[in-house]
Amino acid sequence: MFHLIEAFGIALRMIVSGDTVVFSIALRTLLIASASTLAATLLFVPLGCLIHFNSFRGKRLATGFIQTMYSVPTVFVGMLVFLMISRTGPLGGMGILFSPWAIILGEIVLIFPIITGLTISALQGTGKGLEDTAIALGASRRTMVLKVLTEARYTMFTSVLMGFGRALSEVGVAIMVGGNIAGHTRTLTTAIALGVGKGETASSIALGLILLFLAMMVSIMVNLLQHGGNR
Amino acid sequence: MILQMKNIYLRKEKSRILGGVSINVPEGSFFVLMGPTGCGKTSLLRLAGLLDKPDSGEVHFHGIPVPSKGEALFQTRRRIATMFQSPVMFRGTVWSNISWGLKIRGVSKTEIARRVEQILDFTDLESFAHRDASTLSGGERRRTALARALVLNPELLILDEPTTSLDPSFKRDLLKRLSEIHSRTGTTFLMATHDFTDALAVGTIGAVMRNGLVTQAGSIDQLLFKPENSFMASFTGMRNIFPAEFTGSMARVGEVDVAHAGNRNGHGFLAIPPESIVLALSKKVTSERNRLTGIVKSVERSGINWDVVVEVADISFTVAITTGALHELSVTTGSSIYLSFKASAVHLF
Repeated sequence: MFHLIEAFGIALRMIVSGDTVVFSIALRTLLIASASTLAATLLFVPLGCLIHFNSFRGKRLATGFIQTMYSVPTVFVGMLVFLMISRTGPLGGMGILFSPWAIILGEIVLIFPIITGLTISALQGTGKGLEDTAIALGASRRTMVLKVLTEARYTMFTSVLMGFGRALSEVGVAIMVGGNIAGHTRTLTTAIALGVGKGETASSIALGLILLFLAMMVSIMVNLLQHGGNR
Repeated sequence: MILQMKNIYLRKEKSRILGGVSINVPEGSFFVLMGPTGCGKTSLLRLAGLLDKPDSGEVHFHGIPVPSKGEALFQTRRRIATMFQSPVMFRGTVWSNISWGLKIRGVSKTEIARRVEQILDFTDLESFAHRDASTLSGGERRRTALARALVLNPELLILDEPTTSLDPSFKRDLLKRLSEIHSRTGTTFLMATHDFTDALAVGTIGAVMRNGLVTQAGSIDQLLFKPENSFMASFTGMRNIFPAEFTGSMARVGEVDVAHAGNRNGHGFLAIPPESIVLALSKKVTSERNRLTGIVKSVERSGINWDVVVEVADISFTVAITTGALHELSVTTGSSIYLSFKASAVHLF
């Protein structure tokens, strides 16, 4: 117990003093999670909109499949991406294995269902009545789509934040395709996993507290957006 | 005719919603589409508002067939406004909700301000203009939705069950307002309701639907006083509807002979409004051709009046009487009583 309290004290001192190693890992984690979330947003928010606003055979099945993939195990995605980008894989020529790009790619795949599925849910949540009202008041299809997107904006931001939260806190993809290389691909979660194994309790706690803080910030923002969305 | 719907068929998920419906809505009329819940009113209104496409049949607007897609459909739809049963409010204030339709039509800001002010005044919503639309009550939402549709100066305004789930005072207020707006603007109204009394309050003409078909159409008076079948009679609130065998000016209802003002032979139905039947404790000499003796089976309150059920042979007649008449006659269950009604009070169909 005394060891744990002491480790907490050291961890807090590391955070307050701005420990270079700890903060460089935190910054790298933020950059990787932000880059993957940005790319996933640009790709999958439009995909969610396409699925919602269009009728096609198998739409319900596709939506259901995407939504069941929310909790896909990160190690499974890590393995899949590893097989794709390893030297013998179809994308082996890119030569990105064990680089931050590999983690970004893996996290894009990981949060694809969350961003796409929650975008669809956000748009569905506005209700058919909103689309009908816009059309009945003289909107063209384009104007109607823009109106629905405007009305659903808070919930759609929430889906992006949920994706960011998932990218920030995942460990399977980062360790499998990033390799946990110090100063290169080490992220908060992989560093914690390694630190605990090596008995570096204080630095692991410091990294854990930063991760917890970031995750809480995401949750608070999600709550604020949901509050705004309900107004 | 501003709107003609000809032989409209519609199926949804393998079930028939509309089975060949035709209606004609004259320009400037207040057309009321009536019928019980689930009879296809809303589906027909969505087709009239050009929001859905029928499986077959034609929709004509001002005598011109409306195409199923393209610019012509879009431009025609802009001449019609629909207010749904549960109006959805956009995020923002009442003002921004009302002005949205004008904004997307590219109307100038000054013109939008002028027209919104005018409609707010017209619908008594001035004090709500800057209220967040999500905080409005059910009645206020409907008024805002009405203002949002009216501000577009539509040639045809479609209202889907605007009074559903409103409390009686709000309902009366809304119907009064609709009637005023109709007479002041001259806009053609097409309103669906399951309540015949709504039609009486505002309608000039209408149609009654049942199981995806129009069962009778005509003026509201015709629908009320000349029901063509027993469903219509019961929908308009008529009671004492009996199957009958007609022979000239007489009809045999069970074991009771009823005189009527028509001349008819064969099988059919007749109805006698409960208000047209007079109760008496003794046999009086009256001008009524129908004079019967019966036993009081029950006495029940019905609003401010009373319903007395009198059994004559094998037929039960419901008679509506006031509280004063109830006390005067000392009507009690099991007592013998005389009832009379005029032949002209008997409706045949």
